[in-house]
Amino acid sequence: MKKLLIALMTTTAAMSLAVTAEAADKFKACWVYTGPIGDFGYSYQHDQGRLEVEKALGDKVETAYLENVSEGPDADRAFERLAREGCKLIFGTSFGFMDPEVKVAKKFPKVMFEHATGYKTGDNLGIYNARFYEGRYVLGQIAAKESKAGVAGYIVSFPIPEVVMGINSFMLGAQSINPNFKAKIVWVNSWFDPGKEADAAKALFDQGADIIVQHTDSTAALQVAEERGLHGFGQSSDMIKFAPKAQLTSLTDDWGPYYISRVQAALDGTWKPGNVWLGIKDGAVKLAPFTNMPDDVKAMAEATTKKIADGWNPFTGPIAKQDGTPWLKDGEVADDGTLLGMNFYVKGVDDKLPQ
Amino acid sequence: MDITVNILLTIATAATPLLIAAIGELVVERSGVLNLGVEGMMIMGAVGGFGAGYLTGSPWIGLLAAVAMGAVFSLLFAVMTLSLATNQVATGLSLTLLGLGLSGMMGTSFVGQPGERLPNLDIPGLTSIPVIGRLLFGQDPIFYISIALTAAVMWFLFKTRTGLTLRSIGDSHTSAHALGIKVIRYRYLAVIFGGACAGLAGGHLSLVYTPQWVENMAAGRGWIALALVVFASWRPWRVLAGAYIFGAVWIGQLHAQAFGIPVPSQLLSSLPYLATVVVLVLISRNKRLTMMNTPASLGQPFVPDR
Repeated sequence: MKKLLIALMTTTAAMSLAVTAEAADKFKACWVYTGPIGDFGYSYQHDQGRLEVEKALGDKVETAYLENVSEGPDADRAFERLAREGCKLIFGTSFGFMDPEVKVAKKFPKVMFEHATGYKTGDNLGIYNARFYEGRYVLGQIAAKESKAGVAGYIVSFPIPEVVMGINSFMLGAQSINPNFKAKIVWVNSWFDPGKEADAAKALFDQGADIIVQHTDSTAALQVAEERGLHGFGQSSDMIKFAPKAQLTSLTDDWGPYYISRVQAALDGTWKPGNVWLGIKDGAVKLAPFTNMPDDVKAMAEATTKKIADGWNPFTGPIAKQDGTPWLKDGEVADDGTLLGMNFYVKGVDDKLPQ
Repeated sequence: MDITVNILLTIATAATPLLIAAIGELVVERSGVLNLGVEGMMIMGAVGGFGAGYLTGSPWIGLLAAVAMGAVFSLLFAVMTLSLATNQVATGLSLTLLGLGLSGMMGTSFVGQPGERLPNLDIPGLTSIPVIGRLLFGQDPIFYISIALTAAVMWFLFKTRTGLTLRSIGDSHTSAHALGIKVIRYRYLAVIFGGACAGLAGGHLSLVYTPQWVENMAAGRGWIALALVVFASWRPWRVLAGAYIFGAVWIGQLHAQAFGIPVPSQLLSSLPYLATVVVLVLISRNKRLTMMNTPASLGQPFVPDR
C-alpha cells in the first residue's frame, strides 16, 4: 500500500511539475530526471547541463524537463508524454530509464533519444555516459593515504554495473597504496534518502571506518563526517560548503558541454545516435579541489588525475577477480563492454555482491 | 560500550520523526478524520523549518516555523474536508502532492546551502556521565519533545474529559452532535494539532537529522507514520513501540551489512517494514480491544443538520 501510494504520488507529482514552454516553432529539447532537480546531486547536475544549453542556444532552443520520474516501466509515460508534446530530442538521465526509453524510441522514430549510463541503442537512440570510475580510482588512493584505520565506509545504492565498477576502481586505487586496505560496504537500496544515508554513515563510522565514500546523492553522509571530525568525499556536486573540514574532494559531473554539442548537432541536422563515454580528459568528470590533506597526498592525487587524463585506464592488468581467478593479463586494458556490464568484484573487495 | 551508545542514539534520531508525525495523526484519526497528507505536511515543515533557520540564523526560530508551517498547511485540509465535506482520502492525497510540489518551489534557493542544526542538550555534569549521560541528557531537543508529546497525548486521550469527548466524536459523530458537542470545532483542532506535529517531524529532518534542504527529503516517512498508526491500532504507546522497532531494525540491518553478515541487502532493507508489521500485528491480536480502539466513524464526512 505504502509503496503503491508513493509510486502513484511521485509519478503524479512528476507529471504535474513538467515545465512546458510557449513558442512552438523553436526546437524543443527535453530531459527526464529520476530525482528532484533540487537534490544537489545527480539530477541537479544534469539540470545544470540543461541550463547551460539554454544559456548557449537559448534563442534557438526551448527546453523542458520532468523530474522525480521513478525508474522502471512507469517511466514509459513520461517519455511518451514528452514525445507527444513536441520534444525533438529527449535525454533520459538514469540507468533505470533504459528499457522504457528503448520502447518509446521505437514508437516515435522521428524523435531523437539519448540515454545516460545504459547499454541499449537503437536507430534513433544514442547512449552517453561518464567514466566516473576514473575519479573513483583517485578517491581510493587518497582514502588509503588519509585513513588511519585503513578502513573506508562505502555507501551504495543499487548493485548495477555503474556502482560495481566504482567500488572496484576505488579498491584498486586504495590497494595500490595500501594492499591491506579494506572497505565496509553498505547498500541502502535508494538513490536518494538523506536520512538513510546519514544513518548508514553513522553505522560505518561506529564500526571503525574513518573515511566515508558514497555512491548516493545527498550531502548527509559528509555532514556526519564533519560532525565526527572525520573525512569523506562528495558526490556529483562540490559539497565543500556542507563539510568544510571533512571533504577531501568531490567527484563531480559536468554534462553541459556534451548537452550543448548534442543539441547543436540536432539543430544542424547532423545528429546521429552515438555511443560516447566521457572521462576526466573530456571534462565531464571533474574532481573538486583537493582539500583537508597534506601536500604530498595532494600532489599524488593530482599526478594520478593527470595520468588518467593522459589516457591511462585504472582497469589495466594484472587484475584478478574476487575469487582469485585471473581477469586481465599484465598490461591488458578492460574493454568498455565488460566495464558497462560489470557484475563481479575484483580481488580485495570484502563483500558479497547482491544478485 | 561507546558503540552501543552510538547505535542507540542513531536509533532515537531515526525513530523521532516517525513517532512525532504518527502521534499527531493518531489524534486526528481518533477524532474520526483520516488525513493522508502527512507526507505533504511533513515536507512543508521541513522546508519552512530550514528556510526560517537559514534566513534568521536561528534553528529555534526554524523549529517554530516548522510547527507553524505544518499547522497552517493542515488548515487547508481542515477547511476542505470539515467545512466543505470533501472526500478525506482524496483531499489528503492532494495535500501530499501539493506539499511536495510547493515545498520544492519554495526551497529552490535553499538547495545547496548548509543550514542551522539544533544543538544537542548539554547539561554540565550530567551529559558527561558515562553511557547514560549522552542517552538521557545529550540528545537533540526534539527527541525530548517527542517523548513528552507521547505521554501528553496518552494522558489527554484517556485521562481527560476533553480526550473522552474527542474519542466519542471519532466513534460516532452523529451521536456526539446530538449531545450538543461541537464536532467540527473539535475536528478542526485535532487536524491542526496533527499538522503541527507533522510539521515538527519535518523540522526534525531539516534541522537535526540531516541539516539541509533537498526536495522530497521526507522520502516516504509520512507514509510510514500513517501505517504505524493503523498497525498500532490507535494506541499511543504502541506507536512509540512501532517507531522504535522500525528505527532499531533499520539501524541494526545497516550494522549487519557493515559488519559483513552475508544476507542479501535487499532482504535486510525490507526487514524494518516486516518486523514492525509482525510485532504490531502480534500485539494487536486481541480483536475486542482492537475493535474498541478503532474510531468507528474514521474517514466519514460529517455535515451537521441545521
